[in-house]
Amino acid sequence: MAESEFAQLKERFDYLTERESADHLAVNCPADHLVGFCTALRDELGYDLLLDVTAVDWDAQSPRFTGIYHLLSTTKHEYLRIAVNCVDSIHPSLPSLSGVFAAANWHERETFDLMGIHYEGHPDLRRILMWDDYPYHPLRKDFPLAGIETPLPADDVAEATNAKVLPAPMAGGPFVSSADGPMSQTEPRARDESWNEQQEKPVE
Amino acid sequence: MATTTKEISIGDLGARSHGAEPTLQGETMALNVGPSHPTTHGVLRLKMELDGDIVKSCDPVLGYLHRGDEKIAENMTYNQFVPYTDRLDYLAPLANNVAYAMAVEKLAALEVPDRCQAIRVLCCELARISSHLLGIGVYGMDAGAWTVFMYTFTEREKLYTLFEELTGARFTTSYTRIGGVARDIPDGWLGRVLEFCKGVLPVLDQVDKLLTRNRIFMDRTVGVGAISKEDAITYGLTGPNLRACGVDLDLRKDKPYLGYEKFDFEVPVGTAGDCYDRYLMRAEEVRQSVSIIRQCIDQFPEGSYYAEDAKKIFAPQKAKVLTSMEELIQNFMIVTEGPQIPAGEVYFEAENPKGALGFFIVSKGGGVPYRLKIRGPSFCNLSILEKMIPGHYMTDITVILGSLDFVMGECDR
Repeated sequence: MAESEFAQLKERFDYLTERESADHLAVNCPADHLVGFCTALRDELGYDLLLDVTAVDWDAQSPRFTGIYHLLSTTKHEYLRIAVNCVDSIHPSLPSLSGVFAAANWHERETFDLMGIHYEGHPDLRRILMWDDYPYHPLRKDFPLAGIETPLPADDVAEATNAKVLPAPMAGGPFVSSADGPMSQTEPRARDESWNEQQEKPVE
Repeated sequence: MATTTKEISIGDLGARSHGAEPTLQGETMALNVGPSHPTTHGVLRLKMELDGDIVKSCDPVLGYLHRGDEKIAENMTYNQFVPYTDRLDYLAPLANNVAYAMAVEKLAALEVPDRCQAIRVLCCELARISSHLLGIGVYGMDAGAWTVFMYTFTEREKLYTLFEELTGARFTTSYTRIGGVARDIPDGWLGRVLEFCKGVLPVLDQVDKLLTRNRIFMDRTVGVGAISKEDAITYGLTGPNLRACGVDLDLRKDKPYLGYEKFDFEVPVGTAGDCYDRYLMRAEEVRQSVSIIRQCIDQFPEGSYYAEDAKKIFAPQKAKVLTSMEELIQNFMIVTEGPQIPAGEVYFEAENPKGALGFFIVSKGGGVPYRLKIRGPSFCNLSILEKMIPGHYMTDITVILGSLDFVMGECDR
């Protein structure tokens, strides 16, 4: 069923390629066609509800970032996933959909905040979950789970108390597991106990 | 006249009232509500600009409850993340547990047995009742009707006793596992659920008498905070908030999961999309949930409460682990490496009390997700505030926020 749906889409939008998916229809779309494609989807094909905007960081792969969009048709009740690769892996950017769906405004702010993807044409691209001066993008794969020491957002408090935002104390938990590697490394363990032959025990 | 913004503090106000000349005319006032304020139902902060009593602009500030759930999920096995889903919409943890487990199962193409599905339907619907009872109660309180809260909270307390019996916890239930639920339902529990259903309907009627035709409540809610159908869709609203605007979209009907197509129930749809309609939606949904629960218990299936053939996903029974070598190894593997889920991408969303709670999972195989994105319905439902609040009276904000029934736990994640 999904194949014929894709063939129909492909006939209209010849720049699409099919994307592997464990559920509903998913397509790859080049970044420069994204806004036009989504406008057509909304106005002509009934995909009017933008559910979600997010991105995946593929770490060492190139292209490193892929933007993901989920649409739902409120009339046909069909889902569609659109994946868009960011050409530039160092300064990733994608066209903003906030002119097509108002919901994209906050979703793109969130993805910018946590993943560091710049949305071209976004009216108000500020951080939304972290504070405005926060220097990192925490959902990137190179950002450590415990966090990184940063200045306190409130200057006056920082001055009076000399306090900083410190990495989370991982001693004794949370018990974490990593996605790949041999079993000796993937089993759940407290992060601060993960020293071994390759990685020395951190000095207090 | 050109207007300028001036930030004033309580001290300024005091000085003004002591005979200072009225300098407020022609100026707008910056008003900050929250993040810690009873009407913001958690830690939402609104930065507003007021012209007299009318709100000119509103800028919601989020993130005070951001815990980095998505980052945490990438660092633990699928089952380890279940307790974190409790803390998304913490007013309906059972429904979150079910939505998460189903997303992972969809990626693994795993079908759970009928009995497990029926237990999960009960979980979802009881969670919906619990969430809406609180939603209606505090909404009444926001509008100045204290009594309603007392009635609904008493019923919700009875529900928590049922949850405790089922899961061992009142609040943070962590009840589902990938491929099943943590344990079977206790003896006689279904009868007690039916008893609760019998008791909750008269309470709803009482709430109905207190609110639905109450002059004060209607004055405060009818026509206030109206959202058009088009706005609701473009801002990505879901759940009762979307249906109140006249959009007939309920995932239980339109994308049935857990065998919802077997049940006979109605989906209430509003017309005006105002605060009053949103109240009506929730009240009716509770009645429909009661009907679903009764039908579900009426034909409650026998069988297993977990997928027995999913040997690499659902941990074996304790008695077997202690007596059989194979099961011992199996248990050890699932606990240490996590349930083995194939590589792929999946998006699943369930109709939760607050709206569509979605999980997007990217897996590279193994027991840990590579990327897990949570689509919190409250996040999307709140994004419309910027658009809908300007033009309303300051006193309406309390009612509008109450009517949207959001939870910051899943908004900030």
